[in-house]
Amino acid sequence: MSSALINGLFVFMLAAFIGFEVIRRISPLLHTPLMSLTNALDAIAVVGAIVLVGEHKSNFSFVLGVLAVIAATSNVVGGFLITDRMLKMFKSSRPTKP
Amino acid sequence: MTTDFAGNQLIIEFTYLIASVLFILSLKWMNTPRTARRGIRAGEIGMILAIAGTLLHHGLVDYKWIFIALVLGTGIGIPLGLVQMTAVPQRTALSHAFGAFCVTLVGTAEFYLRSPDVPPFMMAVLSMEVILGSLTFTGSLMAAGKLQEVLPQRPITYKGQNIVNLSLLAIAIAVAVYLVLHPGAKQLFPVMVIVPLIFGVFMIIPIGGADMPTVISLLNSYAGLSAAAMGFVLESKLLIIAGALDGSSGFILSVIMSKAMNRSFTNVLFGAFGQVQPAAAAGLEEKTVHSASPEEAAGILAAANKVVVVPGYGMAVAQAQHKVRELYDVLTKRGVDVRFAIHPVAGRMPGHMNVLLAEADVPYDRLIEMDDINGDFPQTDVALVIGANDVTNPAARTDKSSPIFGMPILDVDKARTVMVIKRSMNPGFAGIDNPLYYLDKTLMLFGDAKSFVNSIVHELSTAGH
Repeated sequence: MSSALINGLFVFMLAAFIGFEVIRRISPLLHTPLMSLTNALDAIAVVGAIVLVGEHKSNFSFVLGVLAVIAATSNVVGGFLITDRMLKMFKSSRPTKP
Repeated sequence: MTTDFAGNQLIIEFTYLIASVLFILSLKWMNTPRTARRGIRAGEIGMILAIAGTLLHHGLVDYKWIFIALVLGTGIGIPLGLVQMTAVPQRTALSHAFGAFCVTLVGTAEFYLRSPDVPPFMMAVLSMEVILGSLTFTGSLMAAGKLQEVLPQRPITYKGQNIVNLSLLAIAIAVAVYLVLHPGAKQLFPVMVIVPLIFGVFMIIPIGGADMPTVISLLNSYAGLSAAAMGFVLESKLLIIAGALDGSSGFILSVIMSKAMNRSFTNVLFGAFGQVQPAAAAGLEEKTVHSASPEEAAGILAAANKVVVVPGYGMAVAQAQHKVRELYDVLTKRGVDVRFAIHPVAGRMPGHMNVLLAEADVPYDRLIEMDDINGDFPQTDVALVIGANDVTNPAARTDKSSPIFGMPILDVDKARTVMVIKRSMNPGFAGIDNPLYYLDKTLMLFGDAKSFVNSIVHELSTAGH
């Protein structure tokens, strides 16, 4: 097992803990926008696909890469867009605006 | 770290580091509606930085196709970001499918580029990436199809279903183990993609519409884990972090949803809920219900001090949320305290009901979670149930033989008066009779939710002040 993989395991463990602690505190009011936001963030997988397309190491990996970039980009754009639309709708009855 | 970063590589790593920070802040700011939109901005900036950084990657030769794919993806993403709020659950399922599709494709491409030179641990995470990715892909497509009602929402079961499903999963894992030992066996790799694709379909077939909130959350978790596995394969810490955040988010939501349904994960995945229970025909004595007209209902509401509205998915199906907001307005104007009681599984995904009511301009501080409002029902003059059934069923508290026994419910029956808007006395989604309807304090308001609420609003706004 290489040191990069061990490093990866440490990063995963820490990020999972941060994820649990941060997400536990999110109000159930916002669970739907939360899911569409994490969906958009998860589409960061697009960076791996971009490298596949750009490096063009084989025609097979190139074609799969193009499809992967399209799928992930649609999640990035669609995910941020709908999360923003949802959050815009949440208004308080208290007129106080900080 | 002994690796030396040269030139661009250092810049790229720094953009990824900043993106990771922004992603975590993005989720942190999601905790209240006040800061949530700042959270989206942070996420967007992080994403743009990471993509820009990736474009500096030194081995890239083909920029044209990167941009074509980015533009095509944007073209698909925009309409998916503009769907109606009632369609958000199926959109979410579809985007889980897209995310899993991307991860599976990248994993497959990486395998064929590297095989047979794949170390065992690398092959193990690559297998996990591909197996989770492909089962999430078809599973999410099935879930989206059921939510969009292109596929039957009814659970489909047959004898030996669980054995078939578990065998499929076992085959996929066996192939993965073989590939870890023999990473040069290229001809076996497609099996590891196709078998989980079939498993994904079979996994969702026996799951009914009422369990969708749990299933969507679980698929969310799988999508996150497969992305994290991809991060291990590509040795990208940013991807590991994003996948871990998404995976833990999906996991927490699945736990909340299954608790709210009083079910375990295994029960959701292998239980096939939603079949009509063998009806207890013996207990079908003639029970009487009291019904009321819109005028009578309006009179009772006008005389109340505290009203709690209990909305269910039936309200959204009847498109009644805007009329309900009008009712909220007219009652609030008369000085009545109106709040909304939200059960965690109201709607078709976690938090769906809040979004539907926010869209109708109901202020979010009037939307109260189950645990926070249950103690207030005894001091509530009127509980108005609109399109909700099982989540108000007191049998869940008292009747050990009831299929929903133990499920946390809204204690509507403790209010002084209960009013239920319902089309007819047919039992609800799970086919379970609701004793709430036969209480002396319960008034049944028979009719379509939208037109009934409209009549009440009309009555209240024309009646002399």
